[in-house]
Amino acid sequence: MPLDKDLKKVMVIGSGPIIIGQAAEFDYAGTQACRSLKEEGIQVVLVNSNPATIMTDTNMADQVYMEPLTPEYIEAIISRERPDGLLPTLGGQVGLNMALELSKRQVLERYGVRLLGTSLTAIRKAEDREMFRATMQEIGEPIPQSAIVSTVAEAVDFAREAGFPVIVRPAYTLGGTGGGFAADEGQLKEAAAKGLKSSIIGQCLIEESVAGWKEIEFEVMRDYRDTCISICSMENVDPVGIHTGDSIVVAPAQTLTDKEYQMLRGAALKIIRALKIEGGCNVQFAMDTESFAYRVIEVNPRVSRSSALASKATGYPIAKVASKIAVGFALDEIRNTVTGKTWSSFEPSIDYVVMKVPRWPFDKFALAKRTIGTQMKATGEVMAMDRTFEGALLKAVRSLEIGRTSLLDPALAAVSSRELLDHLKEANDHRLFFLAEAMRRGYSLLGINHLTQMDPFFLQKLKNIVDMEKELQGYRGMLARVPARLLKKAKKQGFPDDLIATLLEVTEDEVRRCRKQLGINPVYKMVDTCGAEFEATTPYFYSTYERENEALPSNRRKVVVLGSGPIRIGQGVEFDYCSVHSVWALKEEGVEAIIVNNNPETVSTDFDTSDRLYFEPLTPEDVLNILELEEPEGVIAQFGGQTAINLVEPLAAAGVNIIGTSPVDIDRAEDRDKFDMLVEELDIPRPAGGSATSPEQALAIARRIGFPVVVRPSYVLGGRAMEIVYSQKHLREYVTSAVQVSPNHPVLVDKYLEGQELEVDAVCDGTHVLIPGIMEHVEKAGIHSGDSIAIYPARLKESVAAKVVDYTTRLAQALQIKGIINIQFVYFQGELFILEANPRSSRTVPFMSKVTGIPMVKLATRAALGRSLPEMGYAGGLCPEMPFAAVKAPVFSFGKLMELETSLGPEMKSTGEVIGMGKCVPEALHKALLASGCCLKPRGNILATVADRDKEEAYPLLENFHRLGFSLYATRGTARYLRERGLAVKEVDKIREGSPHIVDIIRGGEVDLVINTLTKGKDPERDGFQIRRAAAEYNIPCLTSLDTAGSLLEVWTRKKEGKGEEICSLQEYLAAARD
Amino acid sequence: MKGFLILSDGTVFPGESFGPAGTFGGEVVFNTSMTGYQEILTDPSYCGQIITMTYPLLGNYGINPEDCESRRPFAAGLVVREYCQDPNNWRAASTLADFLLEYDIPGLTGVDTRSLTRHLRQKGTMTGIISTDRKNLEALVLKARQGEFSTVRDPVSRVTAPATYRLPGEGFPVVVVDLGVKKSIVRTLSRAGYAVTVVPAGTGAAEILAQKPRGVLFSNGPGDPKDAPYAVETARGLLGKVPLFGICLGHQVFALALGGDTYKLPFGHRGSNHPVQDLATGKVTITSQNHGYAVEEEGLEERGVAVTHRSLNDGTIEGLRHRDIPLFSVQYHPEAYPGPTDSLHLFDEFKAMML
Repeated sequence: MPLDKDLKKVMVIGSGPIIIGQAAEFDYAGTQACRSLKEEGIQVVLVNSNPATIMTDTNMADQVYMEPLTPEYIEAIISRERPDGLLPTLGGQVGLNMALELSKRQVLERYGVRLLGTSLTAIRKAEDREMFRATMQEIGEPIPQSAIVSTVAEAVDFAREAGFPVIVRPAYTLGGTGGGFAADEGQLKEAAAKGLKSSIIGQCLIEESVAGWKEIEFEVMRDYRDTCISICSMENVDPVGIHTGDSIVVAPAQTLTDKEYQMLRGAALKIIRALKIEGGCNVQFAMDTESFAYRVIEVNPRVSRSSALASKATGYPIAKVASKIAVGFALDEIRNTVTGKTWSSFEPSIDYVVMKVPRWPFDKFALAKRTIGTQMKATGEVMAMDRTFEGALLKAVRSLEIGRTSLLDPALAAVSSRELLDHLKEANDHRLFFLAEAMRRGYSLLGINHLTQMDPFFLQKLKNIVDMEKELQGYRGMLARVPARLLKKAKKQGFPDDLIATLLEVTEDEVRRCRKQLGINPVYKMVDTCGAEFEATTPYFYSTYERENEALPSNRRKVVVLGSGPIRIGQGVEFDYCSVHSVWALKEEGVEAIIVNNNPETVSTDFDTSDRLYFEPLTPEDVLNILELEEPEGVIAQFGGQTAINLVEPLAAAGVNIIGTSPVDIDRAEDRDKFDMLVEELDIPRPAGGSATSPEQALAIARRIGFPVVVRPSYVLGGRAMEIVYSQKHLREYVTSAVQVSPNHPVLVDKYLEGQELEVDAVCDGTHVLIPGIMEHVEKAGIHSGDSIAIYPARLKESVAAKVVDYTTRLAQALQIKGIINIQFVYFQGELFILEANPRSSRTVPFMSKVTGIPMVKLATRAALGRSLPEMGYAGGLCPEMPFAAVKAPVFSFGKLMELETSLGPEMKSTGEVIGMGKCVPEALHKALLASGCCLKPRGNILATVADRDKEEAYPLLENFHRLGFSLYATRGTARYLRERGLAVKEVDKIREGSPHIVDIIRGGEVDLVINTLTKGKDPERDGFQIRRAAAEYNIPCLTSLDTAGSLLEVWTRKKEGKGEEICSLQEYLAAARD
Repeated sequence: MKGFLILSDGTVFPGESFGPAGTFGGEVVFNTSMTGYQEILTDPSYCGQIITMTYPLLGNYGINPEDCESRRPFAAGLVVREYCQDPNNWRAASTLADFLLEYDIPGLTGVDTRSLTRHLRQKGTMTGIISTDRKNLEALVLKARQGEFSTVRDPVSRVTAPATYRLPGEGFPVVVVDLGVKKSIVRTLSRAGYAVTVVPAGTGAAEILAQKPRGVLFSNGPGDPKDAPYAVETARGLLGKVPLFGICLGHQVFALALGGDTYKLPFGHRGSNHPVQDLATGKVTITSQNHGYAVEEEGLEERGVAVTHRSLNDGTIEGLRHRDIPLFSVQYHPEAYPGPTDSLHLFDEFKAMML
């Protein structure tokens, strides 16, 4: 059955902001879905609150709604748009939950909207614990056995029957306290007794433990004809017990015999049939290492992180095919776009090894507990492909950008064996490196297997790498004596030149030269879904050291765009958005666009985004190899975040043409001293400060300019946190423990001006400077500007705006920017200061491009290619303000990282962002806060701690909140002030006054909204910081500016008066602005 | 030890030997299965063939005593990208290299097997030589070009059971004509309870009918069906007299027995991922396949034979059913191993035909 003709309009729900466990993969899936539906002539209505996505571009859907993903907003959109169908399976858990909620509220029924792809019953059967268990029992698929017990005897009875080990999970305790693992009856008695005691209701769940078993995943698909296929099998290198999102994963499964493989594949197909899913589904199994026993441990009836990985690993576009199935097609009616000849109804055959390695945020959360386990902590991942396991693994490691290009970590040589054993037993993000170190010390693989439960097959592969390290070390200082055979073998195992250089104690350049002389060069193989059985046309390549090169360069004019690597805090999906737009712009210009990237979650690594995709690490060696083959006109580095910028210097040194702003000018913007000189020349003021190479120097600078100061490592380190420091004590802490300042690692110390922060992204062709708009930052969490709320248009005096335009224009011209530049300012006591300038795309580019309708990346790419702005129809200068407001708000993932160890961490960072749009700032702000996941409700308790200078202004606000029905809590000073003026208020203690204090009250869930204005000078961070931190942890909205509080008040008051908000699509907003 | 694969067009693929030393010939074919090398090596249908696996890592889970599909490996050689010396699996009893050495089958590792596969896909299946004799490379290239060492005449007779054997069962008596039968076929029938008699490929129709079977299965097997005219004759003698089920070579034998024709495919179908469409329902099933020949469509219709299944990849015939007499056959392997078990229901169809 081809397309269902009744479907004229379909709504697609996106997944919202990026949080841990839900990253860019849903932009990739959603983008594929939208394109795939449009291809069939279906009108697409898209809802997603994440502005940093390709899917929310106006050309992706007929109507794009950037509204909060709440049932209320979605219902309002449904009532406006009246779609015929709803596709909820491409927006992650958010999408599924929304479908369930809408059906519970009978919204779908009321508006006659059909749920496409997967039925509600199927979703419930997969999501509801009891229904899932019943379904699995019905079809005879084993799940881990469990029982709810209220006595120790019951627990023992269960375990005797189910077998040891078991896991004890007390019912109703916070964070699983009192739970435990029991390997025998003695341990169980103890654990059960403890568990029952710690459970409020005296109950425990006793579950059969499959920790240590192999973890195997299958991605399967089904259509209405009941044709079922398996797209990809994946095996976790880390055994069951470590979340698959935090596991190293290899595809296809490596250690299963055909019998075992077919058993699990068969079970996965049985499950998708039982659930009657029409689309894609992910099934996770635990498989015993000593028998055919297995358990089904999870079923996701939707597109997932694993399906994005499977798509990139095999070349089979799961989300695209799932969308086609959802609108009526059968698998055999959908073309395999990779071969162009065969159909989607087949199982991909892989002829390479695929490795996924997670990227953890512990570099940002320095004090967070690094242990990994059942709660996912990674923010992103990298994927690598090679024809050897070792090669794929080492490529993945160097794609991570964690300061290591191999398993070699000299720091580990100093680790005691005790510590090493502990780290093997309890997995953390450094596990790979500890494993390699253990092997270097000669630990037996069997012993390591006992500690880690990792399959000896995988351990042997790691050992092969360690053995090669040793063999090469035998030729220390004797590069010329290294046999060609050995060098070739090392390259086949994925050893980068710089690792070989380190082991041989020569320079990387020498290794590279020697390798070239010996003719040892990589070749590129195609990802074709079929193991070369059919001719394929997809230009999707990976490198390997073998005989035949399949990536034959074209004779066209071509440019390489460098991607941004894994999603991490501070470098999110925004940069993938920019890379993709740059690729599109190149294609429009008739230039062959080649992209290099290694993130499997993204649109940029979709094989039909660019003209050619190289799935490779973003290191100088890997990129240079591609450039030597392709011989492009040049490389565009300004859209791939710091990852790409970091490559500018080595590539330029190797003679590569950097298209756009020149490396010299990039350096002038990024190097602190050169930048200072430049702004001085241009007579643009900047806050006092300096660069320190020792703790003493940093302290001296701080004393000279006065606290508070902003401190951060200089750019050479890249990416480390910026922090605001209020006292000598904290500064000393920062420069000694957090960043370890040294002559090689200077730290920048600047005066922190507590003014209005402004930000612009501008496009420049070297002469003309186009500024789409000015943003204003409010609601700083007090830590980092990336975590603050941005408002467009900024509310400024015209004279200040003029100054912003003047400084931006002159600076961009002086830096000879050809492309994009991001500049941050602070307006403080009547003067405008420049804070920093980044000669590259920033995280606000997608947001600004969307709300102003100006395709900044496209213009910047064309400018980089040498076109002038007037030629593209833009005169330059500041664009007229849009007649609406847009607010960008940060989203945190603290819930995922919340362990006691994190709560005192100074480096808080957002993982994603949302947008709110409205006809005025209050409306947009309200939506943005809602979209960010704040539980904003116009009633409840407000906790107010207001600085003295703000009290007068706060009073009428709080009075009005009170009138709206809020109860007020306040600390002593604020409480007294309010009470004196006749407001009823409950007084709470400050932290130093002892428990129960203000933070306890927040943690206790008594507070629904926190208003906390920053006090200046004395004791500024202690209570305030703790309050904001606790609010963030417990997902309670915390407002630090009275202005924002006023905005909320305005929205709620209007709502109470029955005046609702306006809901418009992005297209409508932009059309209204044009009129 | 260095080793080489030399194709009959003179192309040389260097590698390292991990099997016995010497010079061996065969028809070079590729298989896209990512698992199941033990089953593939021991599938008699590969008799006389040098197999290259497209998945690069081979031998990961060793060799176990249970997963052989026949009494010994019949393949003429194995060419891989990387052979695993340190396998791990709870059932593994030996390594792939030991297995090859035991049966004197050459193994070549370190070969750019993707390049080899692309070569075979573009130029078609060809014969070749695996050799460790590096000193005589030039002479070997010449020999390869002349097709020496390469052809096995009547491979069916080499792999078929030397004598009739029986597996006890309470159910219907079923005869399997062993053209190179995989154990999984016999096992599936036996597990279904049939009293299974396996007869050698040369057994005549009368002899089979004397067993009073309720059904006869013509098994898979190696090579060109036209090289086994005796099997075609036996099948012809059984037409309409007893329900017939053909698998792979058995399917091709039926086509010839019914007066149809077969032809050689350019590079065959070998793998566990082949989509086959049931023309009646439109449903597609992923199948395990291993064949270098296919049934010619022309003339089937007028002989009362309906095409029931087709390959979704190239449209070739994958299933036949006679309109009047109880006979059906498939080109693929419903017994699985290696490959998906998704088509096991065909054995139920066989049963239904016998009822």
